[in-house]
Amino acid sequence: MAIDRRDFLKVAGLTTVIGLTGGGLELLRPGDLDASAPGHEPAAAPGAKQWGMLVDMSRKENWQACIEACHNLHNVPSIDDKKEEIKWIWQAPFQEVFPGSESAYMSDVMKARQFMVLCNHCAEPACVRVCPTKATFKRPEDGIVMMDMHRCIGCRFCMAGCPYGARSFNWREPRLDALTLKGGRKINLEYPTRERGVVEKCTFCAERVDEGKQPACVEATRNGGLVFGDLNDPHSEIRQLLRVKSTIRRKPEVGTNPSIFYVV
Amino acid sequence: MIERALTGSSRYYGWMTLLGGLIGLGVISYAYQYNTGLGITGMSRDVSWGLYISQFTFLVGVAASAVMLVLPYYLHNYKTFGKIVVLGEFLAIASVTMCLLFILADLGKPMRALNVILHPTPNSILFWDMVVLNGYLFLNVLCGWVALLSEKKEVPPPKWIKPFIYLSIPWAVSIHTVTAFLYAGLPGRHFWLTAIMAPRFLASAFAGGPALLIILCLIVKRVSKFDAGKEAISKLTTIVTYAALLNIFFVLLEVFTAFYSNIPGHMHTLQYLFAGLHGHAQLVPWMWTSTILGVGAILALLTVPGLREKEGLLALTCGALFISLWIDKGLGLVLGGFVPSPMEAVTEYHPSAPEILITIGIWSIGFFILSALYRVAISIKEEKMV
Ligand code: SF4
Ligand code: SF4
Repeated sequence: MAIDRRDFLKVAGLTTVIGLTGGGLELLRPGDLDASAPGHEPAAAPGAKQWGMLVDMSRKENWQACIEACHNLHNVPSIDDKKEEIKWIWQAPFQEVFPGSESAYMSDVMKARQFMVLCNHCAEPACVRVCPTKATFKRPEDGIVMMDMHRCIGCRFCMAGCPYGARSFNWREPRLDALTLKGGRKINLEYPTRERGVVEKCTFCAERVDEGKQPACVEATRNGGLVFGDLNDPHSEIRQLLRVKSTIRRKPEVGTNPSIFYVV
Repeated sequence: MIERALTGSSRYYGWMTLLGGLIGLGVISYAYQYNTGLGITGMSRDVSWGLYISQFTFLVGVAASAVMLVLPYYLHNYKTFGKIVVLGEFLAIASVTMCLLFILADLGKPMRALNVILHPTPNSILFWDMVVLNGYLFLNVLCGWVALLSEKKEVPPPKWIKPFIYLSIPWAVSIHTVTAFLYAGLPGRHFWLTAIMAPRFLASAFAGGPALLIILCLIVKRVSKFDAGKEAISKLTTIVTYAALLNIFFVLLEVFTAFYSNIPGHMHTLQYLFAGLHGHAQLVPWMWTSTILGVGAILALLTVPGLREKEGLLALTCGALFISLWIDKGLGLVLGGFVPSPMEAVTEYHPSAPEILITIGIWSIGFFILSALYRVAISIKEEKMV
């Protein structure tokens, strides 16, 4: 069983090579290396964007309109059964959105307020790390965390992995039909039809962003409650706002580095 | 050799027919699930894994436990296990098969399962789990079969099999470690985010698997001429005792860390499991049953003199321990991780009737495979005895 010197050197050499190139890290957290920089925030590859959003809860926004704009555009079915519901963007009270930050002495306004939540398009997304098929992936050019619904095997590992409950699973046939079409909703024939047995979530309207448009929820805002922009561009509107407003992010302690910022 | 699985007493046929019937019910239920979707289960947006994944997690342990025979026998030349080592390996084959079936039953798109191989993703632990599970299945089929063949021919096992046997030892540890990593590496799930997850998995595996093996040996002794021998059973009992003690110790470490630190997120799931949270207490009776059975079994193992010779009592004790561990890992560990959800919601989970039938069906497939393999192994052993 003795390991002779040559074998030992071979193993030692290999370990060093892996160590030097950061191969081990690359294996565990792909994309980490090219993005690593001192401190927590990954430095961007030159020219790459990182889309982000500012949710300004102090604005009198018509949040319901934002939700409807998203869900109508993507034919997200409205399912009454809470267990099977599918949601891309929705509202939740403070203690659900920022668990651990609530207190008994919080202002009544805050207690009553419903916060807008959606996928955070994290810079270090846990959902991407756990997906066994790359059906969930991060676009290197702009940081949008995408879903390939034709690749997904429906293992739901990403649902266990996302620390924000941002993902939904199609437990049943999800196509809009007489049962799920409510309140005069019309099917958007331009959005590809979805399937049962796969996971889905907000995609920052990647298909619109690619055409230079804003996400549907942002377009539906009237009072500037949602601002969408490139976090890597120091001159973007969102960066200007982040510079002057005090903002917080959801669960910063879990290290996913969310791209959604809240003015509470 | 395999044709021997087709011969046997009428009791054997009756048992296999019963299993066949249960498998049939499982298949029908699965057809229903396949056509309708996983909506027919009790799982939800908040509790997105249920009975299937928890059974898989539990059975990985049963599979890994074969190493408790292989290691002393091949590495330390502990001859007493020679007669039953193949029974351990066959138990591993049946368990890994069940694991793979449970994963398949849980997929929303089972026909796309090959995507895991077509698009290998080394950063996903699920990818590695698939690699180690299939590898372990292969190793046990190979080692078990070759060992049995040479036993039949009354020759020592061929030399070339040795490396595979040695490989199977760390491999058994790997299947359970990797499965623990499925849970332990997730941010935002306090209950699972613990470095002791893998040791806990191994301790409970090395208690639960051998406990089942003792029961199986005692059954085999009743229904055939083959006897594993007092010493083998006694050694297995020792293994079970210490592994079970270690397991309880590990659980207490978790409880201490959660409650002494007083961090709410770390306490919530334990509160949910053992006392109920926000009025939801569905798993509480289960967890206490598990605790009582587990502690009772350990006390019996440690204090009852001559327990190892009293076959009936030993079987009862091992049964209690096995059920205790099944509840702990086959229900509490996986379901508990989802309560409360990342949005602090408490959603309870009740498995649906078809879900339970599919689960029973897969267990029946496991027992069917196990019975057939044991039938082959024992008929050969019986032949050698006369
Ligand atoms: S919020 Fe969840 S789903 Fe969205 S990128 Fe982050 S980890 Fe993934
Ligand atoms: S459910 Fe789909 S997207 Fe999620 S981890 Fe599994 S394969 Fe990836």
